[in-house]
Amino acid sequence: STTNNIAQARKLVEQLRIEAGIERIKVSKASSELMNYCEQHARNDPLLVGVPASENPFKDKKPCIIL
Amino acid sequence: MCDQTFLAVVFGPCDKCSKEKPLRAVYIKSEQLSYCSLCVEMVQLVGLHHRLKLHGLIPPSDITHKHRDLPGQSFDAGLSNHRLFAVHQVAERVEALGQFVMKTRRTLKGHGNKVLCMDWCKDKRRIVSSSQDGKVIVWDSFTTNKEHAVTMPCTWVMACAYAPSGCAVACGGLDNKCSVYPLTFDKNENMAAKKKSVAMHTNYLSACSFTNSDMQILTASGDGTCALWDVESGQLLQSFHGHGADVLCLDLAPSETGNTFVSGGCDKKAMVWDMRSGQCIQSFETHDSDINSVRYYPSGDAFASGSDDATCRLYDLRADREVAIYSKESIIFGASSVDFSLSGRLLFAGYNDYTINVWDVLKGSRVSILFGHENRVSTLRVSPDGTAFCSGSWDHTLRVSA
Repeated sequence: STTNNIAQARKLVEQLRIEAGIERIKVSKASSELMNYCEQHARNDPLLVGVPASENPFKDKKPCIIL
Repeated sequence: MCDQTFLAVVFGPCDKCSKEKPLRAVYIKSEQLSYCSLCVEMVQLVGLHHRLKLHGLIPPSDITHKHRDLPGQSFDAGLSNHRLFAVHQVAERVEALGQFVMKTRRTLKGHGNKVLCMDWCKDKRRIVSSSQDGKVIVWDSFTTNKEHAVTMPCTWVMACAYAPSGCAVACGGLDNKCSVYPLTFDKNENMAAKKKSVAMHTNYLSACSFTNSDMQILTASGDGTCALWDVESGQLLQSFHGHGADVLCLDLAPSETGNTFVSGGCDKKAMVWDMRSGQCIQSFETHDSDINSVRYYPSGDAFASGSDDATCRLYDLRADREVAIYSKESIIFGASSVDFSLSGRLLFAGYNDYTINVWDVLKGSRVSILFGHENRVSTLRVSPDGTAFCSGSWDHTLRVSA
């Protein structure tokens, strides 16, 4: 079973090497990009800004009539 | 979940600190040792510190400072001098959100047992849902009418998905398979007759999703693997191995950002995969319990996860780390399902305490809590145009709220 363990450990190390080798950016930069995305798309987010009842099919009191 | 799996825990003296604690197996220089969970964390931390030093992300210096773990900074303890930010610190100057009033607008009743999964159609009005009694129902959410219904040969249909074209649905569960049913409006045709078995796993199917077309399906299973299948031939195109336990959820990256997907499992890990090579690109292990749900941020640069440890977390893919935790001391039940609003500012999470919490993604605070379900919320999805979200529950109903 030690050969099994060694093989497993080797695979794990190989995987960790691949993961350690990727390009990373700073969290402050990543966070500010997430913020920018939110701000850019906030206007078009119905759940965020709310849409008037006349435009939201779910807010209508009467069910939609499909012709 | 339908059946409980118990982890057999070994209790005894830790090989490092000699304290009597529950032990985990650790491999150090090809040798198997038994460490307590605290010593495992210490070893991983030293390893991470070393990795970050290799890449010049932190200057070489001793680990002499031990900072207390602060929310959103779970990697910080022990790393000297550098303050690693969490999103809410960077987002301090962002305006706080006002009060949210969201109500249940439609209640879809018709399932005879716990609703386990649901998905929206791209037409923004149809919904497919599956339940424990084996029924898969397609609803028109505007009128609450049932358009199609089929009974699966197994109970506990844990996964269902709508095809991008809107012409078919895929579902599966305890039958270990994923089957595709073409939707037909012909009253004389029996939906079950046209069923096509696509995926075959060796354990239950926990999640499924069509890729960008009706031609390929991605599945996740209790056998610990994910797989990509060709619908027409049923052929296995790629399999993804790496999770140490059942895979419970998956989500495909939004189409602009390419061929990757993220999966979460009972091994507390979230893994990001390359669909073409089958390789795991990144993995994240900061949750304390099973990850029930993963969902990509709308830009594709991050993803959120919901877990049995009662927290939701945000992981940034380009920074390769967790950047936010959404939790409160008063929330002690696991989060079963998460989804973002269209802009990514709101995170909706359904919990096992019957509630839905709405989180401000940037500030890390809860903006709203929704009641209404009479049993645990098992599934939650925001509609494709972001006008509403649908939640399914063990109380046999689905609710569309806006």
